[in-house]
Amino acid sequence: MSKPSNTSLYMERQKRKRELTYYLVSFFMMLLLTGLSFAAVAMKGIEKHFTAFFIVTLAVIQVAFQLYYFMHLKDKNHGMPALFIYSGAFVAFITVLAFVSIVWIS
Amino acid sequence: MSVNAESLMQPNQKNGLFSWLKTWLTTVDHKKIAVLYLFGGGLFFLIGGIEAMLIRLQLTAPENHFLTGSAYNQVLTMHGTTMIFFVAMPMIFAFMNAVVPLQIGARDVAFPFVNALGFWLFFLGGIILNLSWFLGGAPEAGWTAYAPLSTEYLGRGMDFYVLGLQVAGAGTLMGGINFLVTIINMRAPGMTFMRMPLFTWTAFVTSALILFAFPALTVGLFEIFFDRLFGGNFFNATNGGNSIIFEHIFWIFGHPEVYILILPSFGILSEVISTFSKKRLFGYHSMVFATILIGFLAFMVWVHHMFTVGLGPIANTIFALATMAIAVPTGIKIFNWIFTMWGGQIRFTTANLYAVSFIPTFVMGGVTGVMLAIPAADFQFQDSYFVVAHFHYVIVGGVILGLFAGLYYWWPKMFGRCLNETLGKINFWFFFIGFHVTFFPQHFLGLMGMPRRYFTYLPGEHLTTLNVVSSIGAIGMAIGVITLVVNIVYTFVKGEKAEGDAWGTGRTLEWSIPSPAPEYNFAQTPLVKGIDTYWKEKMDGNKKVTAAEPLGDVHMPSPSIMPFLMSISLTIVSFGFIFSDKGVHRTVSFAVAGIGIAMMLGCMLVRSIKDDSGFHIHKEEIIETEKGMSK
Repeated sequence: MSKPSNTSLYMERQKRKRELTYYLVSFFMMLLLTGLSFAAVAMKGIEKHFTAFFIVTLAVIQVAFQLYYFMHLKDKNHGMPALFIYSGAFVAFITVLAFVSIVWIS
Repeated sequence: MSVNAESLMQPNQKNGLFSWLKTWLTTVDHKKIAVLYLFGGGLFFLIGGIEAMLIRLQLTAPENHFLTGSAYNQVLTMHGTTMIFFVAMPMIFAFMNAVVPLQIGARDVAFPFVNALGFWLFFLGGIILNLSWFLGGAPEAGWTAYAPLSTEYLGRGMDFYVLGLQVAGAGTLMGGINFLVTIINMRAPGMTFMRMPLFTWTAFVTSALILFAFPALTVGLFEIFFDRLFGGNFFNATNGGNSIIFEHIFWIFGHPEVYILILPSFGILSEVISTFSKKRLFGYHSMVFATILIGFLAFMVWVHHMFTVGLGPIANTIFALATMAIAVPTGIKIFNWIFTMWGGQIRFTTANLYAVSFIPTFVMGGVTGVMLAIPAADFQFQDSYFVVAHFHYVIVGGVILGLFAGLYYWWPKMFGRCLNETLGKINFWFFFIGFHVTFFPQHFLGLMGMPRRYFTYLPGEHLTTLNVVSSIGAIGMAIGVITLVVNIVYTFVKGEKAEGDAWGTGRTLEWSIPSPAPEYNFAQTPLVKGIDTYWKEKMDGNKKVTAAEPLGDVHMPSPSIMPFLMSISLTIVSFGFIFSDKGVHRTVSFAVAGIGIAMMLGCMLVRSIKDDSGFHIHKEEIIETEKGMSK
């Protein structure tokens, strides 16, 4: 491989900087979301069902952040991992769906 | 060191038995692991076959007292469990290991170490399960092990079932992941997904099904484990548990499991029929599409095993429709095979006989499958011999016929010698006719009301004649299998040496290299130019497949004893838990389990800190080897 030119070196550095910003932003987002979940549970006067729904939603957002920003799912050539993650999530979803809908004795 | 008849049959004269044992215990070569899977699965096949013969012996006469009550239940349970988990599964892994890396032009699988670990976990899982015969009785709740029967009413045999399957299941899961990574990442240049041979495609989809289905089994087994040993109440209705959940979990695993078994057989059929028709596979794209669709639908139909549980008409209807939908992609495949043969120069070798006989046999199993998919009819058929006939038609008439086709087809590539064709044909006809004589009458036994899993019937019920016919057929199958064993021994002793392109009409990359494949598979990674690359090159007048790289040193993984030791550790853990009856022995048995866990962690630690970067086979050595090999 030939030595990278100044421009590509510069581009590479810029890219790394951007990556770092993404990491930091998503890290603080996650802290924030976790904090919100704890607050929702701790706070009185909110309906239980709402709390459950709320924290599950936050959890889904967190998982997405984790996968896309920390585990590089947003990068190029990650089609296969994405395919398998979504297939797995789908199978897990219908399994859970079966357990909450058709288990005969509840 | 290549896998050949000499190295397999007798220890190397120079180094003795110990060296021979060491080679096989430490190997990480996918070709050797394939041989291990084949003979491991073969061993359990003989055990499961003997169990089948015992069942037929008991059912030959009404009110027979040969195997009664618990003894019959044990034999029946072990027959089912062994045949599914310790015969069909390792056999498909045998062919995936032997063939997939060669078909995609790779030098090994992605994780050779994990591959070896997968084999040893499977094998020791099977040993754990079968040791139950000598240690207080085998499991007796059927291969499905429904709770609460399996959790509250049965003895130690069920602990053997749970832990044996848990260990073997972990191995299978590893194998599945390994092949996914291998097929995604290690294809030779030019080998796009839509140029992959169909066996590789089915191996890919099967591995994906393993990845998604086996965790359900793991969870289900763990729940039984906790219910049995630690007073968990997952399936105990009196304490708020729900035993229907086990049925769901089991079939969410169980239905994909049967497609995990049949898909590689479909792949083998596609290869064998195309090779022996001297034609390109008809409708390659639709075959790929059908394979993926079957894989997807596999997860949509599990409730058809539970129609009579009482989940309501809506659930039953949805799952009945989804089940019938599977007939569509399967039909696509059947027609494509027939069209592949149409106008081809068909050669009826033993492999092709097995492949062609698969088609009508599997269609019969499929038709009874559609009958069973109708909930209203299923209320009549369920738990009768009709179901037994159905699943033996799809598993023996489908999976096993396909695997035997693959066995005769790839044997020369795996061992460098062709199985004897005359013995092969005797084997085929005895097995095939014996199979139909055994299982065809069972449809009618079921319709006449003979319930599944019962150990006997009464003389006045008119069930005797067909049961006798069925048992006679079983003898035919046994003669077929014995002929196969004779054939294998005969071939090792004086079989014909095979060419690289053993059948002369090989189409895919595995036939472009010597038989048996050298340790490094491809001296140069091939450049793939289309579907059936090797055939294309032959038609272009080339003797060899175009190389994608210059000849150079080949990097190989080092052999390791760690996979074997890790599997032994988990076996020790299993025995610790199996003998943890509530009471005095508990501390001792938990200590044993603890020792096993410590050993396991120790092995993992050694594996993590030991730096082993493998070794190189040098260019000169490769040139020397290639010269010496028959081409």
